[in-house]
Amino acid sequence: MIHAIISYFDSSSAEYVHALWQHIAIAVAAVTLAIVAGFPLGVLSSRNRVARSIVTGTLSTLRVIPSLALLFLIVVLTGQVGFQVALFALTVLALPPVMINTTVAFSHLPPATVEAAEALGMSSFKIFWQVKLPLAAPVVFAGIKTATTEVIASATLAAFIGGGGLGTLIFTGLGLMRTDLLVIGGASVAALSLASLALLNLCERRLIPWKHLPS
Amino acid sequence: MIDFWHFGVANTARFATATGQHLSLVITAVLLSILLAALITAGIDALQNNRQLKSNGRTPHAAHKLAESVQSSLAALYAVPSLALFALAIPLLGIGTATAIIVLVAYNQFLLVRNFSAGLASVDTGLYEAARSLGCTRLQAFTSVQLPLAAPILIAGVRLATISTIGIATIAALVDAGGLGALIFTGLRTNSLNLLLWATLLTMLLALFANAVLSLCERLFSRTTHGKCDTVNTDFSS
Repeated sequence: MIHAIISYFDSSSAEYVHALWQHIAIAVAAVTLAIVAGFPLGVLSSRNRVARSIVTGTLSTLRVIPSLALLFLIVVLTGQVGFQVALFALTVLALPPVMINTTVAFSHLPPATVEAAEALGMSSFKIFWQVKLPLAAPVVFAGIKTATTEVIASATLAAFIGGGGLGTLIFTGLGLMRTDLLVIGGASVAALSLASLALLNLCERRLIPWKHLPS
Repeated sequence: MIDFWHFGVANTARFATATGQHLSLVITAVLLSILLAALITAGIDALQNNRQLKSNGRTPHAAHKLAESVQSSLAALYAVPSLALFALAIPLLGIGTATAIIVLVAYNQFLLVRNFSAGLASVDTGLYEAARSLGCTRLQAFTSVQLPLAAPILIAGVRLATISTIGIATIAALVDAGGLGALIFTGLRTNSLNLLLWATLLTMLLALFANAVLSLCERLFSRTTHGKCDTVNTDFSS
């Protein structure tokens, strides 16, 4: 087993690096797209009661759909496979946690603090960036963390629809019953997932140091 | 749309078999998960409330550390993608339903142990001590005081674990465990939208049904326990 793993890295380290890189690239792209689309939509829907109930109610019901089914449905519906479809599917998957958390965060701000800012004569632009956003940041960031974990996990499944990444190793391993590939793929995905979580925790402590303060 | 219904009617037996397989996989996994999580929680609880260490006036520092590290390693295990866990389990356990169940059980431990510990912590220790001083044995105090009071939080944990298991069990098709996941994979291979839609719909319905039933249990338990508490209180005052 160990011999097989060593000989794999001896002969196909380029292939491994490529798969790892693809996995990271597709995950980062999907989460970034989800933030770019989901954050403004979340903020907007927090301002409207109907939109808020749609986001928190319907979207959370939609999350019951297994990621595997969602990924495959998008492939069959669009009739295409490849990196772009996988990226689209992963973005769709990452959108609900970002949107739900943004909506919840911005609709549960302490009203007294916001009113105090208004009374001090702050413009609504300033209130958003200097009062609301810092207050909402911990919950929004939690949503981004959930989305990232989910995307890294589902990017493994994306190999099945031609999205590349470390999942390719696992699916090849399953197809050929090569346990060395299974171990390398599985361990790499696990390590990547844990590393991304550690990185995000570090970012959180840097960007939102007030999160752990008593409120 | 009509095509979709026709497809469903024509394949009723196939869907029933797959749903049954899925359900039995999930139920077995959840029941075993509850058993294991209860044992782990009891272990953590015993470490944290070690009477001997407490009565010696020593803070059970090492015990606390150990309990914490158990919980954080369960959290790490939960963060590992399920497909990776399946891939790592195959060389050790081979392919089949047993492998699927073991992975699902391992995956559930974080949610369950977290909620079980929170549930036990939510019960006032004074009530437990009161039951003991009224002559209840430890087991009686646990089963008739602690357990019913903690029940809503315990069931909430089981609910979350069941929903996540129903979803992850679709991936278990990769280790030949069958169920609705097998239909989802076949749907992709044969490019059959109807098959994919039906399998997805059935998985969703299963999850929503489990959610509804367990939410109901949760509410039922929180009502009965609150009722009991009230009568106990009035009995004492009279």
